[in-house]
Amino acid sequence: MMAFPQPKPEAPQLPQHLHRTIDCKQGAVRAVRFNADGNYLLTCGSDKSLKLWSVKGEALLKSYSGHGYEVLDADSSYDNSQICSCSSDKTVILWDVGTGQVTRKLRGHAGKVNCVQFNEEATVILSGSIDGTVRCWDTRSRRFEPIQVLDEARDGVSSLKVVQHELLTGSVDGRVRRYDLRMGQLHVDYIGSPITCVCFSQDGQCTLSSSLDSTVRLLDKSTGEMLGEYTGHKMKGYKLDCCLSSKDTHVLSCSEDGHVYCWDLVEGSLSLKLAVGKAVVQSLSFHPTETCLLTAMEGKVQVWGPNPEETQEDV
Amino acid sequence: IMAADSDGEEDFVSYGTALEPLEEDEPLKKPIPLHEQTVTDEKGRYKRFHGAFTGGFSAGYFNTVGSKEGWTPSTFKSSRQQKAEKQHARPARPEDFMDEEDFGEHGIAPTEIHRSDEFASGCRNETAEMARAVNAQASLIPGDTLLEGFIRAASSSIGVELLRRMGWKEGQGVGPRVKRKARKQTSDSSRAYGCVLPPGGSEESEDDEEFAPENVTFAPKDVTPVDFTPRLGVQGLGYRGLDPGMALLGQAVPEHVDLFRPQSESRSKLFGESSRGKRRGGVAGQAFGIGALEDDDDEEVYHKDSMSRYDTVLAEEDPGDSLFGWTAPQQYGKTKGEVLEGSFLHTPLQIFPPPILPSNYRPMHRRPGVEVSRMSGISSALAEALRTSRGHMVTEDPQKGGRHQLDAGQRGALLGESTQQGKDSTTVTFPLDLDFKTNNLTVAMASGMAAAASSGLRQQQEALAAWKGKTSTQTFRPFENIPSKQARYEQYVSRLKQGDQDALEQSLDSGMTEWERSREREEFVRASILYRPSSSSLSSRFTSAKQQEDDNQVEVSRDEEGDVDDKEAAAKMKMFGKLTRESFEWHPDKLLCKRFNVPHPYPESVMVGLPKVKRDKFSVFNFLTVSDSQQLIGELRLQTVDVSSDRNSHPALSIHTFIVVLLVQKKSANQESSDEEEEEEEEEEEEEEEEEEEEEEEIRPPMDLFKAIFSGSSDQDSSSSEEEGDKAEEEKKGKTDANHLNLFSIGTTSASTPTASASTASASTPTLTPASSSTLTGLLHPPLRSFSFIICRRV
Repeated sequence: MMAFPQPKPEAPQLPQHLHRTIDCKQGAVRAVRFNADGNYLLTCGSDKSLKLWSVKGEALLKSYSGHGYEVLDADSSYDNSQICSCSSDKTVILWDVGTGQVTRKLRGHAGKVNCVQFNEEATVILSGSIDGTVRCWDTRSRRFEPIQVLDEARDGVSSLKVVQHELLTGSVDGRVRRYDLRMGQLHVDYIGSPITCVCFSQDGQCTLSSSLDSTVRLLDKSTGEMLGEYTGHKMKGYKLDCCLSSKDTHVLSCSEDGHVYCWDLVEGSLSLKLAVGKAVVQSLSFHPTETCLLTAMEGKVQVWGPNPEETQEDV
Repeated sequence: IMAADSDGEEDFVSYGTALEPLEEDEPLKKPIPLHEQTVTDEKGRYKRFHGAFTGGFSAGYFNTVGSKEGWTPSTFKSSRQQKAEKQHARPARPEDFMDEEDFGEHGIAPTEIHRSDEFASGCRNETAEMARAVNAQASLIPGDTLLEGFIRAASSSIGVELLRRMGWKEGQGVGPRVKRKARKQTSDSSRAYGCVLPPGGSEESEDDEEFAPENVTFAPKDVTPVDFTPRLGVQGLGYRGLDPGMALLGQAVPEHVDLFRPQSESRSKLFGESSRGKRRGGVAGQAFGIGALEDDDDEEVYHKDSMSRYDTVLAEEDPGDSLFGWTAPQQYGKTKGEVLEGSFLHTPLQIFPPPILPSNYRPMHRRPGVEVSRMSGISSALAEALRTSRGHMVTEDPQKGGRHQLDAGQRGALLGESTQQGKDSTTVTFPLDLDFKTNNLTVAMASGMAAAASSGLRQQQEALAAWKGKTSTQTFRPFENIPSKQARYEQYVSRLKQGDQDALEQSLDSGMTEWERSREREEFVRASILYRPSSSSLSSRFTSAKQQEDDNQVEVSRDEEGDVDDKEAAAKMKMFGKLTRESFEWHPDKLLCKRFNVPHPYPESVMVGLPKVKRDKFSVFNFLTVSDSQQLIGELRLQTVDVSSDRNSHPALSIHTFIVVLLVQKKSANQESSDEEEEEEEEEEEEEEEEEEEEEEEIRPPMDLFKAIFSGSSDQDSSSSEEEGDKAEEEKKGKTDANHLNLFSIGTTSASTPTASASTASASTPTLTPASSSTLTGLLHPPLRSFSFIICRRV
């Protein structure tokens, strides 16, 4: 028998099939987030609650309540032991996952807190607020004041991401700022239009930013040059998410027309237009390793996968 | 077993067991095989040997516990005669499980009574005892060690035993016998107390003492070894720790009488020796301060050592030393007349009467003439006057100088004293009969003073030049919190506007102290320069109102402000990269770096955040409104006209304005321009170019500055051509709009690429005059800031 050659690596698949829809029952879902390993998901509800779900079993594991107003963003630590969330009540809360208790409630922002992130070791919580500041909260010490307040933004900070020693913030003033802790540098990229979401690419060489001029831009991290521009979707007024696929092959963005747009990263061509529903796709999150996408529209969260599966509507 | 043969011809000593002499004819003995070698215990029973490593002999029955019948547990028996408690009620002791051999001398738990080293008296070791006695001489009564002799151990060590077998006697030395006169070898003390220790051969040696025949040899002299008491602990030499017994005066814890330690205090007490020094109550000791129970604060608690307590020369002490050093009693020194080398006998202090003052003495300090050079605050004119006139410096100091620049006379004047005139005056005097040397000196001084004063003068002139002839009503109010000061400042400004040369002096409050006045003088001059009305360089520093109308942000970082249009254009053209990217030095918090596990990029930095961007509360935006820019343009024009007319009357105008004037004249001569705006704009540009040339001649600034300037000027060309195109449109709209545009275009053209301007700002900062006012930094555009500085220097 002749040995068959190894099959060619398949073309990257896209999460085009709806696997299931979860009705979160927590009002509008403001944000949906995978945890660090992608087995769980967090939904931030407008009914002040934060819910933890299992992706596979689509079961509600825990509901965290303690915020005084709608929850806007959440992030889980690398070891799944802690969750941080931010809310319109100007606070950032650090949760203990197991007990569901509030470990720390961090006050200091002057306005609603748009985005929150752990650093890699979950020693610092970074939160960006509509007051134009990013505050760095220490989770190790008992201090309730932030370690540092980054007030370089002229307008509200809409999005932030932390990878290793770099902090990327997007602000409504139309600038993407990258703070390099190791180099002690702040790089400001002028985009012009209010930024709604920023991302690092998985290889850490590029930054992705979506802005209210209905454009998603891929910039070279070191020089600030534009590598790609992705248009076609509608992003005019809402703070919608964008992201890169887990292998950096595609760029995905929410749209106000009820679709998720998916472009090829290199060519910039639209590869997929995922119809989620009629309303605005509020948030999306890509699985850290697999081809799996979460979208949030109104009160429901959709899980998308590459292959068709038996769909279970409305759990 | 030892054999000590003292036969006539040979003395030798043999150790150990001697082998039986081998006989030649006897057949060789077979060695006893291992299994036949037996060991019996003391009762003659065989003991089986188990081997070297498993160790020991067999126990019980075939290496088991018990007997042939096996191990039988004990049974509880209790009878009237033998109560069970005696055997069973008490808990088992280890001894219950031990063999009888274990209790023997070599067992693991010997029960025989034998002497332990701890209680062995050292009296057998006489040499050590003697050594101790010698060493303890100072502090003990003689014969103190005697008591130890009363307690004797029956046995002596094997070494001593051996030596004695070899013929050694106590008190003798070890070694070959010597031919010499015998010596007394026992210590005096032992004999004085009734020969407690009769030395072995003392009788014989004493007998020999008288005649000492030639053929008799003697044992060598015994040496007394030094008693080395081992030091325990980690304290320094001579340290004696706290004695808790001393804490409670006298009737303290009765210390154990240690007879054998020579320096034991309790022993010396026992022998009636008074303890050294009078001890007071309370804990005292080295390394401790005054205790709570110590009531005397004056007592020296810390041990003080002085070098005088040590010998400086390695030599034996002179036995017949009659010198007592410093502590010798007075009469002793007197009688002996012998004084330590290098010292002298104490003699009563000789008291000299105070000198008789001369009749013309005045208790005033006269300042040497050179001191004048220190006074930097006087003007050159004053110095000149000083040199030529009667030689008395006037106290009025018109220029500057703080409190420390005032001399005694000025201070006196401030305090209201009347200045003493004449020879005894505290002010500097110069005799009329100056010799040549002094004359030179004063000339040098005068020039130095002129140099120092000239900067202040220059500033005043500059202020005057800037303000003169202005009719502007808008005023900055820098001293608003002090109304009186503000009033004075306004007075000063109004006088400046009238072109009054003495504006400063007249507007100052004469009721204030000189120090306050001089400070205010400096402040006023500085403020007047800073807030000078719309010099052309200033007016170009404002960007158009368009930007401010666009976004309503109040706090705008100035560095980025000028570039937003460029960036916007670049972003629109999708030219992301250099044009849209700005990088700043950013200082993260130290803790943040620690939490992120990265080294701090600026380890010595103390600040946090962006170092460059300052949001000043009193920034220029607080003072200026948008409408001002209109006015500024008008004033700009006014200024140039005024200056040209008044140029001759004020020779000390700034070169800046001078150039402007020149240009205006040149322009007007060359072409009768219809559009004033254009002329002015061009004039601005040329002026800048002019200044660039100047700058090149003057110093070589860092490369960044050049870059900023030249890239800026190249931008100018392109943008000015654009402006001309714009202007055609704008002219139709009307003059006000044109003004706006013009103003704005100046601002943008003068600003160069963002990176270059940022670097220029940093480069030119150190060259700035120490105005240190944040408003200045807020006002000036980086390249222009350096220009204005150069202008100052040129004048």
